[in-house]
Amino acid sequence: MYVAVKGGEAAIENAHRLLDQKRRGDTQVPPLSLRQIAEQMPLAVARVMSEGSLYDRELAALAIKQSAGDLLEAIFLLRAYRTTLSRYCVSVPLQTEQMQVERRISATYKDLPGGQLLGPTFDYTHRLLDFTLQAEGEEPLTSGGESAQPAPDEQVTITTSDPAAADDVPHFPRVLDILAQEGLMRRERDSAAAVPDITREPLDFPSNRMQRLQALARGDEGFLLALGYSTQRGYGRNHPFAGEIRIGFTEVWLEPEELDFAVPVGDIEVTECEMVNQFVGSKEEPAQFTRGYGLAFGYNERKVMGMALVDRALCANDYDEEITSPAQREEFVLMHCDNVEAAGFVSHLKLPHYVDFQAELELIRKMRKRDDQTRRGDENQSDSPAVMAAQQEEKRA
Amino acid sequence: MNASAEPYNFAYLDEQTKRMIRRALLKAVAIPGYQVPFGGREMPLPYGWGTGGMQLTAAILGRDDVLKVIDQGADDTTNAVSIRRFFSRTAGVRTTVDTTEATVIQTRHRIPETALANDQIMVFQVPIPEPLRFIEPSETETKTMHALNDYGVMHVKLYEDIARYGHIATAYAYPVLVDGRYVMDPSPIPKFDNPKLHRSAALMLFGAGREKRLYAVPPYTEVASLDFEDHPFEIQKWDHSCAICGSTESFLDEIITDDKGSREFVCSDTDYCAQRVAQAEVEK
Repeated sequence: MYVAVKGGEAAIENAHRLLDQKRRGDTQVPPLSLRQIAEQMPLAVARVMSEGSLYDRELAALAIKQSAGDLLEAIFLLRAYRTTLSRYCVSVPLQTEQMQVERRISATYKDLPGGQLLGPTFDYTHRLLDFTLQAEGEEPLTSGGESAQPAPDEQVTITTSDPAAADDVPHFPRVLDILAQEGLMRRERDSAAAVPDITREPLDFPSNRMQRLQALARGDEGFLLALGYSTQRGYGRNHPFAGEIRIGFTEVWLEPEELDFAVPVGDIEVTECEMVNQFVGSKEEPAQFTRGYGLAFGYNERKVMGMALVDRALCANDYDEEITSPAQREEFVLMHCDNVEAAGFVSHLKLPHYVDFQAELELIRKMRKRDDQTRRGDENQSDSPAVMAAQQEEKRA
Repeated sequence: MNASAEPYNFAYLDEQTKRMIRRALLKAVAIPGYQVPFGGREMPLPYGWGTGGMQLTAAILGRDDVLKVIDQGADDTTNAVSIRRFFSRTAGVRTTVDTTEATVIQTRHRIPETALANDQIMVFQVPIPEPLRFIEPSETETKTMHALNDYGVMHVKLYEDIARYGHIATAYAYPVLVDGRYVMDPSPIPKFDNPKLHRSAALMLFGAGREKRLYAVPPYTEVASLDFEDHPFEIQKWDHSCAICGSTESFLDEIITDDKGSREFVCSDTDYCAQRVAQAEVEK
């Protein structure tokens, strides 16, 4: 019995062998290739890359495969790898307005330069199981007779509401810039300060927006979704409109120390969300809308919407708003949004705690003994079953 | 096994990170009991499973060190096995279960029963480094309280325990005052181990990975467990002795031996227990 609670190296090795089997499943079924995961589960890959803070589809696919589809575990694997990598430099800020847009929508204008581009989306799909996918190898039906492009991905139906010809490159100015030109949107100021790296230097409070956005970009999608939702339900309400959501490939530029100009190093797919929020103003300053911002790797719409809502909620202090709700409290949000930290600390409860528990047992028994003595003193002679039981237990202990 | 079979640096962390941690450790030693923020890294083990302790161990480990890892006082608990294996893989250092032989001892929840020497370093794994956290959840507030030496709330909490339960209702992670200045969480060691911190010959280092804080108790530093004159600090006592070695002085683990309430008590420190058994054999 005593041996059973202690585990040697052999026990751990056996456990990991069993895990390998569990992950592999029935060996009659061919194994998943990383290519299959990267191509056919792009949204899982996007989430793992975002919260893992590492843009690498292949490694994200590997992490998903190795973690048997447990995305939090996959995120953790990617993070633990990322932490060993050297940091060469900080990129030039992404110019997302020059994105090669695959999807771009605005809920604030019916039409706008560049137009509404639906792109690949689950929106407006009827959530009916598609049994044609169940018959393996079969192509799914593409919905509607519109200009359905040849689908690069068989699971996602592409329709485009913008009939613009492929060769004339459409321009998609940012919706919030249009508002800013009119003076209706508060312009974000570039502090010109060096970008802090929250994975290198510990977070300090009060935090700045650079740190907050980094933490939120790595933050758990579910946590941000729930907190964002809570602001909509009145816990730190900030009157959001989805000003713009855009998804597509954007170039990354680096300016290496030895050069005095920037060079492009490649394209990454990102999702960006800018919320138009509650306006502020005063006697001195005319009323202006404010913004909440969300950005994530890959196709990651839900995440960036949650992030933008929470980002705006966390700006409460900057706008002299009363801080009343969890989503507005920076310490609460930033210290709890990381799922690698949260999952680690919750799961550590599985580790042995018998020394602490023994300490508690000793204490609770001592307290009960004392209570019992007082009670016996009060009642002089009591033969109540509870007291008898307590006495018996005391003897045993 | 020479050095390491893995494509990682000695003891996993890169030298820059180790240097950053060592600098933070120097600060911690210079200000006993003060929590120093450090740029904690993600380790390949989950947060809460000893990542803070592991980063400190990785930062101080040299090739000639002899490492002992315990969890709940035992060398053979799964997580201790796992961490020990991590360092023998990534650093190739010699490991031991013998407390006296070790130069670095990483621990979770215990301090060995065997007295430590001044050429040894203890590394504690810390879940919540802030002793005031459960009274005041905000870091901004607790930082100010430490700065102002404002520990009244802690004494009020202990007093409330006495008023309510007749005892200070903290059995582990019992707060201590270090060098007369900082109130410190000694990590979730049972309060039984608190006196071992006082004027310890060995350097005591504490690492909290998730919270990205580290702190230290240098050798021979005053460490007082908080108490009141009329309710002095006292440690756990058992009416039993160890069922294996017969010790009446060690911290005991309770083992349930059947479903009828029978139980046995054995030393939580497995090395101490084994040494006593070996000693008894020799004497026979």
